[in-house]
Amino acid sequence: MAYALQQLINGLTLGAMYGLIAIGYTMVYGIIGMINFAHGDIFMVSAFIAVTAFTILAAADVTSIPLALTFVLIVSIFFTSAYGWAVERTAYRPLRGSTRLAPLISAIGVSIFLQNSVQLTQGARVKPIPPVLEGGIVLWDAPGFTVQIGWSQMLIIVTTVILMSAFTWMITQTPFGRQQRACEQDRTMASLLGVNVDRTISYTFMLGAALAAVAGVMVTVYYGVVDFFIGFLAGIKAFTAAVLGGIGSLPGAMLGGLLIGLIESFWAAYLWAEYKDVATFGILCLVLMLRPSGLLGRPEVEKV
Amino acid sequence: MSAVVFARHAMTPAERLRDAGWVAFVGLILGIPLVGLTTVDVGGRLGVETRFGLLAAAVAAVFAGRLLLRWAIDQARNRKQDRDRASTATAADRAHGAQRVVNVLGWVALGASIALPIVFSDNRYVVDTATTVLIYVMLGWGLNVVVGLAGLLDLGYVAFYAVGAYSYALLSTQFGWSFWEALPVSGAMAATFGILLGYPILRLRGDYLAIVTLGFGEIVRIILVNWTEFSNGPNGISSIPRPSFFGLDFSRSAPEGGQTFAGFFGLEFSPMHRLIFLYYLILVLALLTHAFVSRLRKLPVGRAWEALREDEIACQAMGMNTTNIKLSAFAIGAMLGGFAGVFFAARQGFISPESFTFTESAIILAIVVLGGMGSQMGVVLAATLLVLIPEFGRNFAEYRMLLFGLAMVLIMVWRPGGLLSHREPTVRLNALGKASATKEAA
Amino acid sequence: MSKTPTSTLLSVRNLTMRFGGLTAIDDLSLEVPAGRITGIIGPNGAGKTTLFNCLTGFYKPTTGTLRLAHPTRGEMRLEALPSHRVARDAQVVRTFQNIRLFPKMTVLENLIVAQHNVLQRASKFSIAGLFKLPGYRQAEREAIERDDAMWLQRLKLEHLADDAAGDLPYGIQRRIEIGRALCVDPVLLCLDEPAAGLNPRESAELNELLLYLCGEMGIAILLIEHDMSVVMNVSDHIGVISYGRKIAEGTPEHVKHDPQVIKAYLGEDEEEEVTGGATA
Repeated sequence: MAYALQQLINGLTLGAMYGLIAIGYTMVYGIIGMINFAHGDIFMVSAFIAVTAFTILAAADVTSIPLALTFVLIVSIFFTSAYGWAVERTAYRPLRGSTRLAPLISAIGVSIFLQNSVQLTQGARVKPIPPVLEGGIVLWDAPGFTVQIGWSQMLIIVTTVILMSAFTWMITQTPFGRQQRACEQDRTMASLLGVNVDRTISYTFMLGAALAAVAGVMVTVYYGVVDFFIGFLAGIKAFTAAVLGGIGSLPGAMLGGLLIGLIESFWAAYLWAEYKDVATFGILCLVLMLRPSGLLGRPEVEKV
Repeated sequence: MSAVVFARHAMTPAERLRDAGWVAFVGLILGIPLVGLTTVDVGGRLGVETRFGLLAAAVAAVFAGRLLLRWAIDQARNRKQDRDRASTATAADRAHGAQRVVNVLGWVALGASIALPIVFSDNRYVVDTATTVLIYVMLGWGLNVVVGLAGLLDLGYVAFYAVGAYSYALLSTQFGWSFWEALPVSGAMAATFGILLGYPILRLRGDYLAIVTLGFGEIVRIILVNWTEFSNGPNGISSIPRPSFFGLDFSRSAPEGGQTFAGFFGLEFSPMHRLIFLYYLILVLALLTHAFVSRLRKLPVGRAWEALREDEIACQAMGMNTTNIKLSAFAIGAMLGGFAGVFFAARQGFISPESFTFTESAIILAIVVLGGMGSQMGVVLAATLLVLIPEFGRNFAEYRMLLFGLAMVLIMVWRPGGLLSHREPTVRLNALGKASATKEAA
Repeated sequence: MSKTPTSTLLSVRNLTMRFGGLTAIDDLSLEVPAGRITGIIGPNGAGKTTLFNCLTGFYKPTTGTLRLAHPTRGEMRLEALPSHRVARDAQVVRTFQNIRLFPKMTVLENLIVAQHNVLQRASKFSIAGLFKLPGYRQAEREAIERDDAMWLQRLKLEHLADDAAGDLPYGIQRRIEIGRALCVDPVLLCLDEPAAGLNPRESAELNELLLYLCGEMGIAILLIEHDMSVVMNVSDHIGVISYGRKIAEGTPEHVKHDPQVIKAYLGEDEEEEVTGGATA
């Protein structure tokens, strides 16, 4: 019981991070209908930026943790959004309106490019940083097992909840959100009605990258190590989460993320840890077979 | 290099400078965290190292490169406009001309590939690289059935490659099967996997299909890594027997009761014999694949694949059983991938799950899409480019994959429809001796 | 236009189709006679295309039966068949309101694909075809020659046979789609707004074609159309649907003057349009 509770906490933490990345996939898919394969690597870049920023702070003897986190988040979000913008501008925009596969291949190219440029400029070795947030609260001192929620886990869950609320507000209430949703439904019509479609798409990519940046900082804080390969698996899991929740749906992405996180921690804890990715993909296949548009996705009525 | 943007009009020099300045500025922003700063290990802890000199050089290079690129693009566009104005050729003529060029190119490529090991008979590197190109060509042709013809986006094609390779590896090391005995069985094995994968996901469309196939590829790899009793896990399977030439071995000394290739033909032993034999083997396999696929394309099943890619609903309305059509595409694509896998295992003599990662699937898919979906010659061109680009980068080894990724993006942006996007009809009314007014006269 | 009475080919009984809370077709019954042209008219959103989708297996009706009295295969229940079997076995073939050709394939290929099942059998499921056995080559040649003689020439598509279907003008694409449906060898041809987007001359040609198909080839036609010059001129019998229900049926003359139809279908003040015989 205590053990299960601990897995629940770990799963939620993991799921929150997947959810943050998944939103980037789902928004981009919603607006231009492509799998932004490079999104996982954008997340990876953000983690590296976070490592550099933390190291600079350590060198400058900044000891206030809130201050440090704020600084790192801002720096990481800024640079990562720039990457999101640049990737869309160079690799995807010229391909808008061509076949569905062209941007996908281009995205795979970007993904390989980013992975290798980070490996080249930052080194192939794993980067460890000293723990930023240590300790936590003991929730339950059960016999033989102590359930604990770490400060970093709390940080991740709380930040995700705040971000999600802010994000939902932005998409549903602000002019940008309206434009974003308009473009999602019908780009041509939106542009005829005066929405700057190109700019809206750019912002969407930047927003997705910004959320990935938050996830990148969180991962750095939580695990304390990053390497140039973390983007691939995180990206695939997050995309799986987006599909599971119903691609194009924001709450779906979050729900999908949480589910994947939970499945993964429970499967690893109780069954075979080495097959946890098989479980993730297996469940994805099952869900898609039974509900092809995902859990919260609008079922696509085939227009004949 | 970070901003390749194609404006629609020619630019004045001032505009070009401003444009390049803007691009360089973006390059600067992107460069600061990755190029300008890095963390290094200083006595067990990370320390920051600045490389502003390098950053400045990179930004300057971006500025210059952008200027040059802009200029080149404008030049190219002007030339193209002049040419278009000058020529009176119709679209049909051009398509016809393109097809002729492709045909000529095909024969040249065939001749070159037959002659290659004769010309480079003592250059191990060239023969090896050419063999690699041919493996990718074969894989590309196999995947072309699924993606290019049937339009089913498969991101896990490497799974079938792996099934083929492991089937041969296990059949030969555990049960002593020879290459030629194991080849059809392994192909059938891969085809079975194709159907197994195909069946549950028949209803999925487009990107859902992509992610599930990707998942399938990963599942196969993870199982290979973890199920040690079966696959020997991450250590892989080694000493896989090499194929023999009608029972003649390519080793230095003959096995018990056998003969060596060199001994039989009275040649002096050379390790090149085997490499050249392997090269011709994959060449024959690839050519058979090509003949098979191009033949299928002109049969009802091939036309049905293409029709499926174009419009699934219309297919159903025409009385076609789309389930069978999809499964046949999956099965045949998988079988061809399996054959390539058998050859791969036989050539390497050693396989491990390392060789069957998602990157491999991505490369094969890139070959199909870059080549121009459904174009057989396009696959050859793209496979050659994608294998050779990293090879040229071998001198600065660590830039190989960087160049590879960059090339994928640039080729796609340059030609979104693929290198050879012309589609040759599977049948022509004219070809049947029907005098039709339009083309024969032209 | 008085013809001798014929047997019923398709009988739709109490057909209802619901999507969640929306009832697109509500207890509709209809008879389609063999060898005749039956028109279906009704305002936009009346459920005409939904009726086609139920007929051709793309939707499973909520309730109701669709009985086809197939001339050689006996009675068939269309609502129980998947869409490809409706076309293949029951030989009920349709076209689409928003043309669905195979755009990158040539006109001839579009027609040949429609004979997939025949040719697939002739190719012995690709085995004979793979080895270029004479039997298959013969079958393919015959198929092409038949297409050519019957449809390419009749539909004036011969000079376009080797052009990609998607690159051709709209009116021609409509013709190709009808030609492609004919290649499936239908006993009942369901045309969903075949005159949409055609100019008056093309509409007139369409009239001629429909009369030929029905009169000379004996194919029964079910026609959804807004272009009154087509429906009123060629239909033997017209059914009017509004809000998923049949509100009238009868000869064109009868329907034209039915007050229910004028009210529900065209609104109170637009009577002249229906009697005038043409819409823009």
